Amino acid sequence: METIRDVDPMIPKPFRVQQVRQETPDTFTLELVSANGGGDFRFAPGQFNMLYVFGVGEIPISISGNPDARRSLVHTTRAVGTVTKAMRKLRRGGMLGVRGPYGTQWPVEEAEGNDVVFVAGGIGLAPLRPAMYRVLSHREKYGKVVLLYGTRSPSDILYRKELEHWRARFDLEVFVTVDRAQRPWRGNVGVVTNLIPKAPFDPSSVVAMVCGPEVMMRFTVLELEKRGVQHSNIYLSMERNMKCGIGQCGHCQFGPEFVCKDGPVFPYTRIGHLLPKWEI
Amino acid sequence: MERIEYSAIETLLQVLKRRDYVTLAPILREGAIIYDEVENASQLPRAFVDVQAAGSYRVERREDNAYFGHHVGPTTWKKFLFPPLFELFRVIRTASGFRIEGDANSENHDTVPQHKYAFIGVRPCDVQALALNDKVFQNGPYVDRAYKVRRESMFVVAVNCTEAGGTCFCDSMGTGPKANGGYDLCLTELTGDDEGFFLLEVGSERGADVAKELPSRPADPSERERAVEAIQRARTSMGRTLQTDRLREMLADNLDHPEWDNVARRCLTCANCTMVCPTCFCSTVEDVTDLTGATARRVRTWDSCFTLEFSYIHGGSIRSTPKSRYRQWMTHKLSRWVDQFGEYGCVGCGRCITWCPVGIDLTEVARAIRERQHSSITLQEEV
Amino acid sequence: MKQQRKPKLAVWKFASCDGCQLSLLDCEDELLAVAGEVEIANFPEASRAVARGPYDISLVEGSITTPHDAERIHQVRRASKVLITIGACATAGGIQALRNFKDVREFASIVYANPATIEALAKSTPIADHVFVDFQLRGCPINKYQLLEVLSAYLHGRKPNIPNMSVCVECKQRGIVCGLVTHGPPCLGPVTHAGCGALCPSYHRGCFGCYGPKEAANTGSLSAWWAGKGMTERELLWNYRNFNAYAEAFRKESEAHEE
Repeated sequence: METIRDVDPMIPKPFRVQQVRQETPDTFTLELVSANGGGDFRFAPGQFNMLYVFGVGEIPISISGNPDARRSLVHTTRAVGTVTKAMRKLRRGGMLGVRGPYGTQWPVEEAEGNDVVFVAGGIGLAPLRPAMYRVLSHREKYGKVVLLYGTRSPSDILYRKELEHWRARFDLEVFVTVDRAQRPWRGNVGVVTNLIPKAPFDPSSVVAMVCGPEVMMRFTVLELEKRGVQHSNIYLSMERNMKCGIGQCGHCQFGPEFVCKDGPVFPYTRIGHLLPKWEI
Repeated sequence: MERIEYSAIETLLQVLKRRDYVTLAPILREGAIIYDEVENASQLPRAFVDVQAAGSYRVERREDNAYFGHHVGPTTWKKFLFPPLFELFRVIRTASGFRIEGDANSENHDTVPQHKYAFIGVRPCDVQALALNDKVFQNGPYVDRAYKVRRESMFVVAVNCTEAGGTCFCDSMGTGPKANGGYDLCLTELTGDDEGFFLLEVGSERGADVAKELPSRPADPSERERAVEAIQRARTSMGRTLQTDRLREMLADNLDHPEWDNVARRCLTCANCTMVCPTCFCSTVEDVTDLTGATARRVRTWDSCFTLEFSYIHGGSIRSTPKSRYRQWMTHKLSRWVDQFGEYGCVGCGRCITWCPVGIDLTEVARAIRERQHSSITLQEEV
Repeated sequence: MKQQRKPKLAVWKFASCDGCQLSLLDCEDELLAVAGEVEIANFPEASRAVARGPYDISLVEGSITTPHDAERIHQVRRASKVLITIGACATAGGIQALRNFKDVREFASIVYANPATIEALAKSTPIADHVFVDFQLRGCPINKYQLLEVLSAYLHGRKPNIPNMSVCVECKQRGIVCGLVTHGPPCLGPVTHAGCGALCPSYHRGCFGCYGPKEAANTGSLSAWWAGKGMTERELLWNYRNFNAYAEAFRKESEAHEE
């Protein structure tokens, strides 16, 4: 991707919606291509873009597509605020402004030679998906690979087809659980942390990449601890209010960290002491 | 070091103006000494002093005729480099989407002035504040180009302090009362029984070039000695002190200290401290459309960590209580800034103390935390 | 997708002085743009014509002071997709809410020859006490630019840029010197909702609190500071008994200084 920082970090570039996919009743995926043509969009798994909707506003959204498919940018988001609700109205050909990519990445390369467990809560699967693509495209470099995914209800499950496809693979273990369900759901019921005790990975070598609500991540860390997973092998992706994405607006501070540039992906060892603190 | 007479101030202004600088200096307005454009030296607030205390500011007459016999006022120099309202870009709706116009940070954009600024009368604490602004806006991987354009072309005339203000604590922060670089020219004003004068130091080539045009003679040893003494007097008469030994660690380790509750009972969360702080850099953006929806603008405005909106994410504000908002501000200034930028984010100018409508004093808050840290709190927790 | 039908805008008046409606008329040049974007279906200050509902946006001015109005506001709500209250009366009960601190029957007996015919509720209350309100625009009167901002935000599906911060932020952004700290007149700026653009402070007057309490207004701390500077209980009370006297933070604070 053309590095926007050479031009002006606060000016978005125009992109067009190539495809819209409704993932769940309130969650959708946009595939974006440059409105000016071209497109070799490099990003690292875990990074995010600032997406601008004409006259409505700009918000940070993690990139959820395949980092090796550089023709387009893929973002999955839930329509909860004014910007995301306006975004949901966009159709093929609709225009968005894009700045980025910003932020740190999942330790995909550092995890080579190890088992990998992805723990996702709700929309938290979206920022993890690029890391999964990367790991799966270099599958031979990793030990066991496990995805633990929890959502509120069966209708909130993201990327259903892809999950089914992944589940059919012999070299990937996928476990999905929902907080509450009625028939015909025959899968796990309960929070995602319930899946950790029995998940098939080697705790002494596993690298855990965790993304979800803060409370879910805290409990995930507790469960991983119980299994004996090293703190230094746990990575979390944080969410904070962001206005600039480049460490200048001050909004995303989390203790000493600027989540936009020091994160969003943090080693647990770096932020673990702050997580239990109140209203940091 | 040279000696220049009072009359040379007018010469300095005119030399700078001839070099196309917009000359910005202290000026008395609305009962306070603020910074704005001046045409000549007679506009400087000569023979005035600002008497400051927590939540109180008053300008009074001085007995002598000093040009810079005052301290720092309610405004900061940052407003010229990081304006309170700044249009980032405009967007025009088109048949097939929109077009972004006005790269606000580009040099030909009308919000970036073509003229150069000369800041005259910058106190050492504020010189350091400019250096801290630089770290945020132009020394990182991303550059605020409007800031940088202005910053690179500007001229700084610092003035060392020979008297400390009622809420000053620059000596604690190591930023004053003597400027340590960061200026083109630096003045030390000496007053006494006779007419006062200035000692002049040059801090850059640009400064040397301007200094050449000022009538001067080398300062004699007794004059130099007087300057050292005067600055020392300021150092020993600071209105406030802040113990910085292990300050970063102390605040980071005391996020649950009861003092945060005490200060939250008094704090109005009105954001005045952040507005008057020379190093507070937080901003937000507003997206504005006209009624027809044909054009949109994105405007950057000063923001404050004291508002609820500041930390809002879906589901609510992270810092929902005044206590956590005050704690965020103070721990950022006096602790986290060191992690982020390698220095304290506080320069000891005392503005947040003076301009707090209820006189909250961060040096007192820090002292209260220091005095009651660990031992007593740990005990409480164990019980 | 271009909307075929213009959104219908209605303006409703309850107990008020009409000043906020006039702010809309006061938009002058912009009013034409408003008229171009919406169908003005009901606007008592501008025209007597009333178009039938439902309405896309209803602007409600005034407070609820009579049993009749307490019913009428429900009709307005039912007919409105978005209901926005405008002004101190609609958002806080207005200046007429001063009666909430006394017995309204007593007033009626003094003022009216035949008080039995007066049907007034004991209290003047804000609209939000009666029906769900989508957005509250504060001020006495409201700021016309803020009104235009709210209208264009709702017309274009974005969040209005109407911050809940203090007047101080606007004051400082404008470079106005703080009157409180420089020993000027009492100023409610630090506890008052922004929106006026620091109008009074720009004329060296203290803020009267026309926009009501800001978010998390710490009136107690400000009063304690003033009391320490010699302000009497009576003065403190009257500082908060104004156009927004019945807004919670101001009401509680003034009641704390009742003798």
